Amino acid sequence: MSFELETASNAENLRRVAIDPVSRVEGHGKVTILLDADDHVHQVRLHIVEFRGFEKFIQGRPYWEVPVMVQRLCGICPVSHHLAASKALDMIVGAKLTPTAEKIRRLMHYGQILQSHALHFYHLSSPDLLFGFDSDAAKRNIVGVAAAHPEIAKQGVLLRKYGQEVIRYTAGKRIHGTGSVPGGVNKSLTPEERDALRADVYQVIAWSRDAVELAKKLHLTNVSLYNSFGAFRSNMLSLVAADGALDLYDGGLRARDESGAVLFDHFDTRRYWDAIVEEVRPWSYMKFPYLRSLGPERGWYKVGPLARVQNCDTIATPFADVARRDFVDFGGSQPVHATLAYHWARMIEMLFAAESIKALLHDDDIVGAELMARGERAERGVGVIEAPRGTLIHHYRVNEDDQVVRANLIVSTTHNNQAMNEAIRQVARRYLDGRKLTEGLLNHIEVAIRAFDPCLSCATHALGRMPLAVELEDAAGNTIHRLSRSVA
Amino acid sequence: MLTLAPAVGVRPILVLAIGNPSRGDDALGPLLAEKIAALELSDVEVQCAYQLQVENALDLIGRREVVFVDATASGPAPYAFSPLQALADESFTTHALSPGTVLDCYRRLTGAPSPRAQVLAIRGYAFELGAPLGAEAAAHLDAAVTELRSRLVDGTP
Repeated sequence: MSFELETASNAENLRRVAIDPVSRVEGHGKVTILLDADDHVHQVRLHIVEFRGFEKFIQGRPYWEVPVMVQRLCGICPVSHHLAASKALDMIVGAKLTPTAEKIRRLMHYGQILQSHALHFYHLSSPDLLFGFDSDAAKRNIVGVAAAHPEIAKQGVLLRKYGQEVIRYTAGKRIHGTGSVPGGVNKSLTPEERDALRADVYQVIAWSRDAVELAKKLHLTNVSLYNSFGAFRSNMLSLVAADGALDLYDGGLRARDESGAVLFDHFDTRRYWDAIVEEVRPWSYMKFPYLRSLGPERGWYKVGPLARVQNCDTIATPFADVARRDFVDFGGSQPVHATLAYHWARMIEMLFAAESIKALLHDDDIVGAELMARGERAERGVGVIEAPRGTLIHHYRVNEDDQVVRANLIVSTTHNNQAMNEAIRQVARRYLDGRKLTEGLLNHIEVAIRAFDPCLSCATHALGRMPLAVELEDAAGNTIHRLSRSVA
Repeated sequence: MLTLAPAVGVRPILVLAIGNPSRGDDALGPLLAEKIAALELSDVEVQCAYQLQVENALDLIGRREVVFVDATASGPAPYAFSPLQALADESFTTHALSPGTVLDCYRRLTGAPSPRAQVLAIRGYAFELGAPLGAEAAAHLDAAVTELRSRLVDGTP
């Protein structure tokens, strides 16, 4: 099967534009656009390399190494992989976590959500949102924000720093943490660490509330653009708690259709493959998941903040729940499907993370001493969490010699594969079709991709290996125009 | 914590190494960091990162000198030191910043000139997932550690 603008019927006669947002060692992300002689768009595809190499890399390793090793998957959300792997391996060791262990892990996770969402909103997306999608590229960056909006830039970087400190206290280090292990955690907070984090958490909540208001204001100030830019209707998938509340660490899977009707609820994540199928398409290394009950044509979905904030029935923290209700009211009788509404939803989640951190810092279990649990050994473990970008699944089989013999990871960006393709096709139709391409117009494509905050950045980082290239090629593949951004 | 003021007792020299230990020669930065940290030099703090992020600008506060250390896929062997200027580039489009942009962020956030900074780029060749450090890169690492240690002991990296 094929979606509109997925495959051109006469590709051999078309020009090809390739946007490589991050063309690094693994070649992580690329958009290709096929245009005819009159600049009409015939095909748009987002390609992202997946982590299959890493799954092989894990095989053969002792299971207890996995929560540390998987952090090398990604320099952006290592904590998410750390925790998803730990949850899967909890099943392997048969552990039901102690209250202290679960709360320390949750604290770590909320620190990750806070710092990741802060980075995305303040430093990756706000240049587009504050200055305009086709504003001067020289200013449309993090430094431009710092110059024009110094207080916003400062709050963003300090929120990120606070999240990193939460991670450092709970995981042991800012990166490559070892805090979470199969069956529990290896440390809790000391009273001094708890008090240090408590001292600033109210400021963090205040700034997070401001961030929700800023994201909302940006949306409402230009509501027509924000509602229509890259917008598409789709199903939505996320974890929810047993009571239907937003839960980013644990719960069952809930899916809603494009009108908001529940398709399934509290689905047991240990058998996720009964609900989700991964489809292979010949033009992409990355699979296209869909809901088994609806099939590949109608079953694709979006994950991440926009799905989560609308999938849940409530949020357990007061300020974030007020913000959620405000957001849902904005949508009226239908779910909000605007791609740019991801930003607003993301800030609601950041506020939820900040409030949750505060609540945990006032819970005595967080300084408790019972860190580990064990139970009956199992062969298979599945760990599912809601990472900053969406649902993250880790699935392992471990043999009797304690070696991992099979690993399957479905990362957030994979869940959003079809959704991101739909978003950029909408943008290409609306803004690029029939027009001479410019950097500003091509940035519209990146704005749509960035709203999902896909993890386009791999963990390899060598000087001279991070160019951004936009190439216009003729039908024979000859480069006839090239724009390049190099950081070497 | 939520301040741009220097931390009490911050060390004047920061060695900030970048790289992923699981990707062949990309481990050059982290391995150098381990070796320099083991020297326990009183004026030197060593940090390690997969990728530079905006908050790394805060790690520069209160420093006199900063040395960014990274593997390079195209620089001279075995290594090269080069002075670094604050420079806003477009690396923000990824989740990682260049060293020059980190300096520029520092300048914009604090309103103060950035500390003296340079890049120590160690030549690597292979960056495949799961690959060990290559033999040539290992030799480059030893040479770079020797030189950097000498400079740090002198207090003028």
